[in-house]
Amino acid sequence: MSPEFSEKTKKKIEEIVARYPQKEAAILPILHITQQEFGSISAEEEKLVARILGIKPISVRELVTFYTMFPKESLGKYHIQVCSNLSCSLLGAGNFVDYLVEKLGIKPGETTPDKKFTLSTVECLGACERAPCMMINFNYYGEMDPKKVDEILDGLK
Amino acid sequence: MKEKVLTEHFGLENLYKIDVYQKQGGYRATEKALKKMKPEEILEEVKKANLRGRGGAGFPAGVKWSFVPDTDKPKYLCVNADEGEPGTFKDRYIMSHNPHMLIEGIIITSFCVGISVAFIYIRGEYEAIALRLEQAISEAYEKGFLGKNILESGFDLDVFVHRGAGAYICGEETALLESLEGKRGNPRLKPPFPASVGLFQCPTVINNVETISNISHIILNGAEWFIKQGLPKDGGTRIFGVSGMVKNPGIYELPLGTSLKDIIFKHAGGMKEGKKLKAVIPGGMSAPILTADEINIKMDFDSLVEANSMLGSAGIIVIDDKTSILDVLKVVTKFYSHESCGQCTPCRIGNSWINKIVKRIAEGKGKKEDIDSILRLASNIEGNTLCPLGDAAAMPILSITKKFRKELESHL
Repeated sequence: MSPEFSEKTKKKIEEIVARYPQKEAAILPILHITQQEFGSISAEEEKLVARILGIKPISVRELVTFYTMFPKESLGKYHIQVCSNLSCSLLGAGNFVDYLVEKLGIKPGETTPDKKFTLSTVECLGACERAPCMMINFNYYGEMDPKKVDEILDGLK
Repeated sequence: MKEKVLTEHFGLENLYKIDVYQKQGGYRATEKALKKMKPEEILEEVKKANLRGRGGAGFPAGVKWSFVPDTDKPKYLCVNADEGEPGTFKDRYIMSHNPHMLIEGIIITSFCVGISVAFIYIRGEYEAIALRLEQAISEAYEKGFLGKNILESGFDLDVFVHRGAGAYICGEETALLESLEGKRGNPRLKPPFPASVGLFQCPTVINNVETISNISHIILNGAEWFIKQGLPKDGGTRIFGVSGMVKNPGIYELPLGTSLKDIIFKHAGGMKEGKKLKAVIPGGMSAPILTADEINIKMDFDSLVEANSMLGSAGIIVIDDKTSILDVLKVVTKFYSHESCGQCTPCRIGNSWINKIVKRIAEGKGKKEDIDSILRLASNIEGNTLCPLGDAAAMPILSITKKFRKELESHL
């Protein structure tokens, strides 16, 4: 079955579209909603967004492939994104990623077989004073070390 | 007397709520501007204050506003909250601690330029902050500071938060406009400049969060006071973000012109135990690197230009003597090769080529000519791209390679 937005979401999308003099400008906010509702943006979701905005699916794909926050395939329940940029690297982000690789048994870019965790390394998250830092879904965590990450991950159901 | 301007009340609980903000004198600047000042008087005051852009380029804000032509077309304000320059996190603090200070700046700027719709373009990862901004905006609507006929001045303004989706390039102002219009963030050719042809082909002002956050203070206290907080040509304070191998990483609001040495060793507590200073990146990763003996320098736009570096976003990254410069170069070149939008060949090919060479050296397979190749490739990026990302990549790569050539050669 092709994906469809709920009535409530459709109304929200209408409100968002009304903010802009050109309908297409609403595409990033709509893609964020799509990502939140369906967990990924595959060809089917691209068609859905295209239909709502009255544009071609290829125009949606152009964006989905340019921006990094719209994965094509579903991620794990918890998406761990570890910053690999300079301030975090200086303070041991590399070792921290190695620790997570060992702990979770997956490499960056992979998801655990139980679909609980996806591990990614990313560029600067804007929390350099808390290096090494990471995000789990949209929550920030700083000054990471193995003990701290054990506590955080063990607390996630 | 120099004082804290932007971060003064950051320690207050719930400052992000409008009632708390108003108790600290919040929205008095808006009342003054809308009720007692004419737009041209505001423009004059901001120009006199020599408020230079806090995003990176340091362009005077008042001058930027004055480029907006008198036209019947709608005009827009885009606040650049796409904080992505590695080493930079100040705008996150402003928006999460004091969103109303930003909103006040947006109101006054829009009133001055004749703008009735403003967008805050915020990086996608700052989801929680985007929500906080939206709450603050709705509080401002409820109190009559946004919407129709604000404070019975006849002035209307709507403000919307627009989230990006993970692309460093969208912090470049014309890429930001493309992204806001619903396209890939490919920078535009300039001219025309956004002030005349910007968002939806209309005149547009684009300013950084910290720049706009200074406006209410200039209106309340005047241009002369503002200049006294910094330097004559460079008014106000600057929020320096210090990260890396220091004891106390964090934000430090200090007068423009504070010495880099003092920021690292006095304010940020000096180096972590057992570490010695090797190098500093003074203004976000794109700024050319300074060696340990080059830090007796004033942190303002002009002093850093004289030192062949730049103040940029004032994100200071402190590197210690145990860190291999090759590792630094690896991170730097990986970043730019990942973030190049791909539009201009020198940047797209050059950056990934340099990154390949650096990775090869790190694997112990470096060749004798590699250092010269890096220098040649980076020089061919510099000045040969549509947008500043090319230069932003070339500057750190060239400075690191030249200043630490011997160390890099030791890996060959």
